[in-house]
Amino acid sequence: MRIVIASGKGGTGKTTVATSLAQVAAERGAVRFLDCDVEAPNAALFLHPDLETHREVGIRVPRVDAQACTFCGRCAEICQFNAIAVVGKKVLVFDDLCHGCGSCNWNCPEQAISEHLVVTGVIDSGTTPEGIAFAQGVMNVGQTMGVPILRELKKWTPATGDAPPSTSLRASGALEIRDAPPGASCPVVETMRGADFALLVTEPTPFGLHDLKQVAAIAHDLGIPAGVVINRDGIGDDAVGTWCADSGLPILLRIPMERRIAEAIASGRTLVDTVPDQRPGFHDLLERIVAGVNP
Amino acid sequence: MKLAISIAGQTLDSPFDARFGRAESFCLVDSDTGAWTVHANPALSASGGAGVQAAQFVASLGAQAVVSGAYGPKAYDTLSAANIQRFLAPGNAARSAADILAAFRAGQLAQADGATHGGHHGG
Repeated sequence: MRIVIASGKGGTGKTTVATSLAQVAAERGAVRFLDCDVEAPNAALFLHPDLETHREVGIRVPRVDAQACTFCGRCAEICQFNAIAVVGKKVLVFDDLCHGCGSCNWNCPEQAISEHLVVTGVIDSGTTPEGIAFAQGVMNVGQTMGVPILRELKKWTPATGDAPPSTSLRASGALEIRDAPPGASCPVVETMRGADFALLVTEPTPFGLHDLKQVAAIAHDLGIPAGVVINRDGIGDDAVGTWCADSGLPILLRIPMERRIAEAIASGRTLVDTVPDQRPGFHDLLERIVAGVNP
Repeated sequence: MKLAISIAGQTLDSPFDARFGRAESFCLVDSDTGAWTVHANPALSASGGAGVQAAQFVASLGAQAVVSGAYGPKAYDTLSAANIQRFLAPGNAARSAADILAAFRAGQLAQADGATHGGHHGG
């Protein structure tokens, strides 16, 4: 089963919830943790994995064989991102506009296009002290597209696993937890795609609610059941609770606004590790998610 | 010479548009005869690479030179590859394509010797 933790608004506590959920889940069985916030992965700060493996990933950009090219312009016409220009007897490729979709290569009538890997990031992986299989995507400085890195990250298989995740996860009952990036754009959609449950972390403020609505809409469009965690409960107003009730979204956990929780997180350990009275809530949260998806 | 002038409108009297990739339209005018046509810019609503698309468009129109207010690096490179000259119109007072044409005929327009700014691409 795959659980994705998303929020829309940044700083609501996605990683706080994801890392604690992973730790309580690891007490019951095998867990894979994917930090999908490729622009600024930070779950490793709390789970302390030994990141022993590093694999470069990227996108495949076109290279045109000038001998074979007839300058018909089909590639430039088909490219949705204007990454190829054909003017006269010249073809220009703009790597930084290319999304690596391969349409130019597919559509070239002369088969004059080959694909060349441009490295845009790295997948770091390893194991945490409690045995969680951990991987994070890290986008290189200066790059703008996280989705190609995310696609590779989602395919990651722990080195110790003896079957690909698509089959072994369901067969073994192992749990996958994906910590999504903030926002509601392509990388968030890609992170949520294929998940069995979306846990939406919000805060009871107008900003939190505004962005909660956006990620809830993505989960709805992708057909993924969702539930809500309200972090910093006690601040703001009741609008999130009212909206969740009206929308049929269950509120699965409330984490109070308390200084000791902020201090615990700032120490680089997980919430359940540093604030033991939060543990029952996370066990209950996990049980409700698993029961809801696999009744 | 066939000149493509970035404009916001439908005629030779329409106001000059200092943007290239996101100009509303291009006035294609023969600087010798004064004959002109106006062509909507297909790159106006491109999600990215508008300069590249606009440059290919003016090339397909048969333009030999472009007059605009600014060229990004990709637009500059594409126009350059197409052997299209790139002129800059000083963009302060509001002027029409006809005014730009007069300035061109009088030899008052300078050529851009490189991209005038960095790209706009952000993701």
